[in-house]
Amino acid sequence: MIIDLKRFLEEEQPFWSELDEMLGRIAMSKAGLADLDAVKRFHYLYERATADLARLTTFSSDRQTRLHLETLVARAYAEIHSTHDRPGRLRPLHWLISDLPRTFRRHWAAFALSLAATLAGVIFGSFALAIDPDAKDVVLPFGHLLGDPAERVKKEEQTGGGVGNQEVSFSAFLMTNNIKVSIIVLAMGLTFGIGTIVMLFYNGVILGAVVFDYIRAGQGKFLAGWLLPHGSFEIPAILIAGQAGLVLARALIGWSDRNTLKQRLRLIMPDLITLIGGVAVLLVWAGIVESFLSQYHEPKVEYWQKISLGIVQLSLLAVLLGLGGRRAEKIERAGP
Amino acid sequence: MSDLRSHKLVIRTPEGYAFSLQLAGPVSRFLAWSIDLLITVFIMLAIIFALAATGLLFSDIALGLMQLVLFVVWFGYGIIFEWFWHGRTLGKRVLKLRVMDEQALRLSFSQVVTRNLLRIVDCLPGFYLIGGLACFFSRRCQRLGDLAAGTIVVSQARPPELNAELALGGKYNSFREHPHLEARLRQRVSPELAGLAMEAVIRRDELAPQARVELFAAVAGALRRAAAFPPEAVEGMSDEQYVRNCLDSLLRKPGEQNK
Repeated sequence: MIIDLKRFLEEEQPFWSELDEMLGRIAMSKAGLADLDAVKRFHYLYERATADLARLTTFSSDRQTRLHLETLVARAYAEIHSTHDRPGRLRPLHWLISDLPRTFRRHWAAFALSLAATLAGVIFGSFALAIDPDAKDVVLPFGHLLGDPAERVKKEEQTGGGVGNQEVSFSAFLMTNNIKVSIIVLAMGLTFGIGTIVMLFYNGVILGAVVFDYIRAGQGKFLAGWLLPHGSFEIPAILIAGQAGLVLARALIGWSDRNTLKQRLRLIMPDLITLIGGVAVLLVWAGIVESFLSQYHEPKVEYWQKISLGIVQLSLLAVLLGLGGRRAEKIERAGP
Repeated sequence: MSDLRSHKLVIRTPEGYAFSLQLAGPVSRFLAWSIDLLITVFIMLAIIFALAATGLLFSDIALGLMQLVLFVVWFGYGIIFEWFWHGRTLGKRVLKLRVMDEQALRLSFSQVVTRNLLRIVDCLPGFYLIGGLACFFSRRCQRLGDLAAGTIVVSQARPPELNAELALGGKYNSFREHPHLEARLRQRVSPELAGLAMEAVIRRDELAPQARVELFAAVAGALRRAAAFPPEAVEGMSDEQYVRNCLDSLLRKPGEQNK
């Protein structure tokens, strides 16, 4: 019981100041406390401060001191009880070739669902145009796709295509716009995945309508040369964003998972960040390729070159996502 | 566990102790966001003006770079500040708010990124409507991004410090002649009652005369029940002065002498 508050404060204040100073040091350093003695001292100071707080809360009315001590205890509590590691050295290459593929494979079912929603859209878009060619105006939101594909190809091949010395700004526009759309696809997972599925389906409808329109007009080679160089990264990127959205949705719904909602969200959060980070990397490359290569056609760039590049990129991506980080996975499975 | 009336989050530690965090309300959060929005817009305008001043504004490279930089500023502002300033942006710093893990643990990078990326949904359909509604109806004033990231925003504003000078108004405190009764008062008065007395003194001028008299009578009555001082110490003393004297006894810093 605190009978003499003045004496209590005089006795305890130095320990609180020491704890405060130690917390400041921990916040500044990346590694935390350096040695075992320091850790022991830190733990002692934390326990002493919490005991002081309990005594103050029960036996004293000094609100200022109590608030100060609560803040101190909260900061120390966070340092002692947090289990996640402090951020270590950045290893972007390791992240790209190992962390990203492992995360992708961990949630393959969500990717399969994302792909299925898009394919359903592709089938719907193709079917819509097959039975009603006038539906193009409704299905396709882009003006330059509304005309006759054969006429567009003829026109583009006369000039060789291109974006008229605006490659950099066009590329930046594509990157930022596509990344923004991907973030929305991910965030729509908050609607229990309904928003994500709708967006993937709609994306598929547009893709299906365009592909059907060009193939029907006999412009399949042009279409492959135009879409494959950037689409080989862009379309998988949107699918992975959808995968992330569905992972989020699954955590919200919690099928066959005994963890609480908070635990589920906490568990998948690093995976969401890894997936959306991978999406951003893919879309940056896709933006550059679309602006500097995809928009150029024969006679400036041969179609076989563009198609080959697209196939090579898609194969590399499949190898990366399918095989990347296998060794780390084996080590993980084997345990310590 | 959250205390709904006072918007406090009480954390019980495994050691059996408890401490509370003051949750930030929708209004203070909106004001902090407004400041951040202004700063973001200012940074964007500064970039545009800088490019215009160098005559590069309409070149292809400048337009491309500008789009990329604006995009990074828009999405990166919150992430960078909240990560490096331990949960605070400039707006939150001004309003003395801080993003924290909802279990009072250390904020992780993935939490910071998640809450900032999901802001895009909170902003829908405009003017932060979804986020505002979620914040208003959520027990812990969390927008959707906070709910998904497991974060809360706490207010670290300290209450106005009431020193003995303000409580006494420069007058003599007869209670100091009875240190044993002052000690009893400190033991028995709850922090809530002391806080109420403090608020009454701070806001006395905002109250109508009749309301002021009634309030001080009620607070003085509660303080008298906690510890009664002898008649010679309270002779001719108004309720308000009684409250002020009690506050002086409760809040006096070690070593302060009577006037």
